[in-house]
Amino acid sequence: MAERKLFKGNEAVAEAAVRAGCRFFFGYPITPQNEIPEYMSRRLPEVGGVFLQAESEVAAINMVYGAAGAGARVMTSSSSPGISLKQEGLSYIAGAELPCLVVNMVRGGPGLGGIQPAQSDYFQAVKGGGHGDYHLIVFGPASVQEMVDLVMGSFDIAEKYRTPVMILGDGIIGQMMEPVEFPEPLPGPFPKGDWVTDGARGRAPRVINSLSLHADKLFERNLRIAARFEEAKKNEVRVETIACEDADVVLVAYGTTARICKSVVDRARAEGIRAGLVRPISLSPFPEKTIFDLAARKPVFLAVEMSQGQMVEDVRLSVNGRADVRFYGTSGGVIPSASAILDKVRELARSEVRA
Amino acid sequence: MKQVFSIPESLAPRLTHYCPGCTHGIIHRLIAEAVDELGVRERTIGIAPVGCSVLAYDYFQFDMQQAAHGRAPAVATGIKRVLPDAVVFTYQGDGDLASIGTAEIVHAAMRSEKITVVFVNNAIYGMTGGQMAPTTLVNQKTTTSPYGRRESHAGKPIRVSEMLATIPGAAYIARVALNSPANVGRAKRAIKKAFEVQLAGLGFAMVECLSTCPTNWGMAPHEAMKWLEANMIPYFPLGEFRTAEGVASNG
Repeated sequence: MAERKLFKGNEAVAEAAVRAGCRFFFGYPITPQNEIPEYMSRRLPEVGGVFLQAESEVAAINMVYGAAGAGARVMTSSSSPGISLKQEGLSYIAGAELPCLVVNMVRGGPGLGGIQPAQSDYFQAVKGGGHGDYHLIVFGPASVQEMVDLVMGSFDIAEKYRTPVMILGDGIIGQMMEPVEFPEPLPGPFPKGDWVTDGARGRAPRVINSLSLHADKLFERNLRIAARFEEAKKNEVRVETIACEDADVVLVAYGTTARICKSVVDRARAEGIRAGLVRPISLSPFPEKTIFDLAARKPVFLAVEMSQGQMVEDVRLSVNGRADVRFYGTSGGVIPSASAILDKVRELARSEVRA
Repeated sequence: MKQVFSIPESLAPRLTHYCPGCTHGIIHRLIAEAVDELGVRERTIGIAPVGCSVLAYDYFQFDMQQAAHGRAPAVATGIKRVLPDAVVFTYQGDGDLASIGTAEIVHAAMRSEKITVVFVNNAIYGMTGGQMAPTTLVNQKTTTSPYGRRESHAGKPIRVSEMLATIPGAAYIARVALNSPANVGRAKRAIKKAFEVQLAGLGFAMVECLSTCPTNWGMAPHEAMKWLEANMIPYFPLGEFRTAEGVASNG
C-alpha cells in the first residue's frame, strides 16, 4: 500500500511528472505556479534530469520543442499570461507532431489580470490557442490526487497521439494541500518514436518540421493531426456524473468549480430539488455524448465556470438544441459561492424553462 | 584518375533554390565540409531557420529540426541538454538572430550553451522581399526604408559579433565574409573552429558570415560582392572578437 502524503497541488504535479519519466523541465516563473519549477529545480538533478530556467516563456516552450524532438519526456508549466506567450511554440509543436506536457495554473485575465484562480483560459486551451488547425488534449482535474493520476498518464497519451497534453488547473488546485497517494514510478526506458532526431547513426537523416509549402501536403498533415484527435475522442474522454439520472437541473462544471457544485447538488437534494452534476475531466476532447444523452430527458443545464462563459459553448453544442442551457459564472479571480449557485438552481427548478 | 574535389557526404547531392549570387550555398558547403572533416555527421543535429534558408534541411545529410523565427538557440538548447554528445548547430539570418531572436541568442551565449551558431548577415530581409533588417546599413534602401535607412529614425545597424563578444559565456565569436576565395577559406576555418569549440566543450561559438542578396539589393552577383566589400566590411569588420581560454587563435 503506497503511503499517503500531504502535498501541495503544484508540487504534486511536479512529483507525478518525475514518476512518469519526465527528466527535462524548461520554464519561467509566474504566480501562482512557481512551486512547479522550484520543485523541479530540486528534484530533477536527483534523478539525473535537467531543470533549466529559460529567459522567457517563449524560449522555454522552444526548448521543450527541441527536447521533445530529441526524444525526451519533457514538460513546462506556466500561468495564463505565460501560456499566451507559449502559444507560438505550442502551435509549432502541434504542427511538428511532437509530444510534451504543459501545465497551466490559470489566473484571472485578460492582460496581466491578477493572481487569483480563474477558468478563463478555457477557449485558449481547448480551441487551439495558437495559430492553425489543431487541438490539444486537455484535462481539468478537480483534486490533487486526480491531477497526479492524470499527469502519470499524460506522457503516454502525448506520445500516442503525438500532441502536447495540457493540464488545465487553476490557482486553487495549484496552491491547495491534500492527501495524495503517488503511484510507483513508471518503468522506463520509454520507446522512442521513429521520427526522433538524435543523430543519423546508420540510418537516413530525419527532419522535424512544421513547414509545408505545398498546400495539398499541409492539408494532408492537418488531416493526419485531425484523425489522431478523432481517435482521442474515442479513447480519452473522461467524465464524472453525479445524481444525473432523475435530475431536473444538471450542473456542468470542471476543476475547482466542480468541487463547489458538488456541495450545491447535495444542498439542493436536501431541499428536494432534483439536481445533478456533470464533471468533464477531459475538456478536450469534451464529453459530448454524455451531455447529449442526458439532454434527451430535457433537464435544464447550468454551466458554472470561473469565466464569463466559455465552456458553456461546448455544453450548448453537446446539448445540440435538445434542452435549455443556462450559465452562471464569476470572473477575474472571484470564486463562485455555493449559495449563489444554489439560488440559481432554485430559480431554474421553479421556472418553466424546460424545453 | 585522382579525384580532387567532390560533394561532401554531409551535403545532399541536389540543386538548391537559392538565387544566383547568394552565398547560402557556399556556407552550406563549408558547414558540410567541417562536419565531414570532424567525422561527426552521424551525431550532428542542425536547426533550420525561418527565411530564405528555411529549407536548409533539404540540403544536409544529417538530422535537422526546423524552428520558429528567432527561436533556434532555444530549440538547440533543448536538444543539447537532452543529447549532450550531439553536435548541435543553428543556422540563422539577420532577421532571425538580430531582430526577433535577440533574447534567445544573447541568453544562449550567456549560459555558454555548447552549441555552434552560423549567423548569415546580408543586411536585408531576403525571403519576405527585401525589407529593412537590424543590420541594414545607414542610407541603404530597402522596401521598408525606401528613402534609405535614416539613423535618426531607425538607429544604426547592430553589430552582433561585437555585442556577443562582451558576454563571458561566449567561447568563440568571429566575423567572416564570403566575397573572395581567400575570405571563403577564412570562413571555412572559422566555421570548423566553431564546431571544434563545441566538441571540446568550451562553450558557445558563433561565426557571423557577411553575405550577399543580389535579388533584393537589386544588383548583379559580381556587383553585390563588390558592394559587400565596399560597404559592409567597413561597418562590420572581419576578425575574431572572442577566443576564450583553450581556443586557439586563427592568427
